[in-house]
Amino acid sequence: MALVEPILRRDTSERVKQQIEAGGVNLPNLFFKYVLLGSLLFALLVIGILIVDVVGDSWSVLSDRLGIFLSNPTRTSADESGVFQGVRGTFWIGIFVVVFTFPLGIAAAVYLEEYAGDTRLTRMININIRNLAGVPSVVYGILGFTIFVSLLKGVYGDTGLSRGNTTTAGGLTLAILALPVVIITSAEAIRAVPASLREAAYGVGATKSEVIRSHILPYAAPGILTGTLLSLARALGEAAPLILVGAVQGKLGPKTGFFELSQLGEKFTAMPIVITDFAKQPGDQWQPVTAAAIVVLLLVVLGFNAVAVLLRNRFEGRREG
Amino acid sequence: MTATQVRDGDPAQMLAGNPRRRAREKLVKLMMASAALMSILISFGIVGSLLYRAIQFVFGLLDPNDNDLAESRQPIGLGNLWSDQWAPRFFDFDVKTLLFGSIIVTIVAMALATPVGLGAAIYLSEYANPRVRKILKPILEVLAGIPSVVLGFFALRWISPNLVQKIFDAEGQSLLAAGLGVGLLTIPLVASISEDAMRSVPSALREASAGLGARKKTTTLSVVIPAAVSGLVASLIVATSRAIGETMVVFLAAGASGNSAQFTVNPLERGSTMTAAMASQASGTDGTISELGFNSLFFVGFVLFVITLGLNLIADRFVRRVRQVY
Repeated sequence: MALVEPILRRDTSERVKQQIEAGGVNLPNLFFKYVLLGSLLFALLVIGILIVDVVGDSWSVLSDRLGIFLSNPTRTSADESGVFQGVRGTFWIGIFVVVFTFPLGIAAAVYLEEYAGDTRLTRMININIRNLAGVPSVVYGILGFTIFVSLLKGVYGDTGLSRGNTTTAGGLTLAILALPVVIITSAEAIRAVPASLREAAYGVGATKSEVIRSHILPYAAPGILTGTLLSLARALGEAAPLILVGAVQGKLGPKTGFFELSQLGEKFTAMPIVITDFAKQPGDQWQPVTAAAIVVLLLVVLGFNAVAVLLRNRFEGRREG
Repeated sequence: MTATQVRDGDPAQMLAGNPRRRAREKLVKLMMASAALMSILISFGIVGSLLYRAIQFVFGLLDPNDNDLAESRQPIGLGNLWSDQWAPRFFDFDVKTLLFGSIIVTIVAMALATPVGLGAAIYLSEYANPRVRKILKPILEVLAGIPSVVLGFFALRWISPNLVQKIFDAEGQSLLAAGLGVGLLTIPLVASISEDAMRSVPSALREASAGLGARKKTTTLSVVIPAAVSGLVASLIVATSRAIGETMVVFLAAGASGNSAQFTVNPLERGSTMTAAMASQASGTDGTISELGFNSLFFVGFVLFVITLGLNLIADRFVRRVRQVY
């Protein structure tokens, strides 16, 4: 035994030394790593192809007649069609989401995190909100249709709006759609506020609403902002609920002002619907116009997304530690 | 801050504070509570608006009114729920057409999204160094932000001609092309939730594994992934639910025209899903559809809602331990 031990020990230690220092290529590990990297790069590649393809298609329209494209209403011929009404619709829908969803969503999140105890009711509300976040967007369209078009039809009776499929209806429907996600992300941001901050505020005698106003909300603001921007971007890109609420596909009639408030009670369209309509046209001559409309929408949506992600990255770094 | 007067007597009185502030607190609490209760209202609204006309639809089948009978020129009954096509205009309400359409699109989508999404997530969480991760992760999130109409157009105009038609010799619009588009849409969802799940595995586990001599691949496959499996499963369920609920990609790229679709299990053929059928119905010409046909929209919506709700409840059980992003 005494003779074998040193041999065993030397053998093993040499082998270990060899393995650590050999630096050879371990094939299965490398393969695995590159397969994984491959899937990541695949996803990125597809985005690249999509963007290049769309921008390329749209170039003829964007470079030659950008101004006309942005200011024309939708027409029957591809050469003259513009996205003015789409941009206007999307703009006002955005306003509805900001005015309606942001305050309501943040208030609900504050209540759920700060005021509500851990009761059965609170848990049910939380589950309910999470489920609402996962409901398909068409179903929100049905809700919007039922409330704003069906039920309120009587209200619209004399105003000549026989169907109630107005900008307001579309805006409120998407505001409802965006609400659950805003609540969830805001609640998360509020939950991340350190307890020491809260306790310090209470310790100097602040009431609950004062603590919320001066400590919690400012601290959670970046997270809340990120969540709301992402939610807004998603809402602006939705087409299905608008189809259900009766957004006009195709010609919407003559061009009217951008900021005219009376437009809120009229038929409407929005960028995603305009894109859908253009995309459905047969033949190839509508392709550049569709691509151009997509570029316009992408600039808005991805713009919001980028701002949200940048904000989050910047503040996440600051918070850590 | 208002200074409270120091006075002898009841300590509760002394600490109670300004009555005006207390009243304001009550008001704020009330306002916030009503905001939270809005969500319950919304849920009731959704279920109500679906059920109201879905039930009318079923009753319309069981006891058709004279208008519908006249238009259909055939007897109407529950048998209309089983035929070889979904064509409300002709009183064919074969729900299984739409159901199978949804299933095929979802299977194709998940077949694409699961490996790519999980692979990307594993790489970002286990292999990528922080600087690389800082650049690549936001780009992936950009993909998450692309609206579905854009992906629908891409599926129709690029995926279909360049991939599906070339490889499979299919038509210009197919369930396969739509499925691939939906898959692209769900890749970032899978990647995001899975990555969160894996990052929440304590690094002590990884370090212990490395300390035993395991290389990265073994550590990842045998330690990290099993530890994160509930989050990974949750991401797949959430993605499936999203894929089923996706409308615009199918609407543009799967080719059901004029609000009718033939029953098929062949992904290379055109078809429709529950969602796209609803959108088709809603964008059809008004006034020419029977009441029964119109109500069928809500019936399909109800089926869709129940399915996605079930999936979401299941996923919720898994995802409770992992941060939910989207």
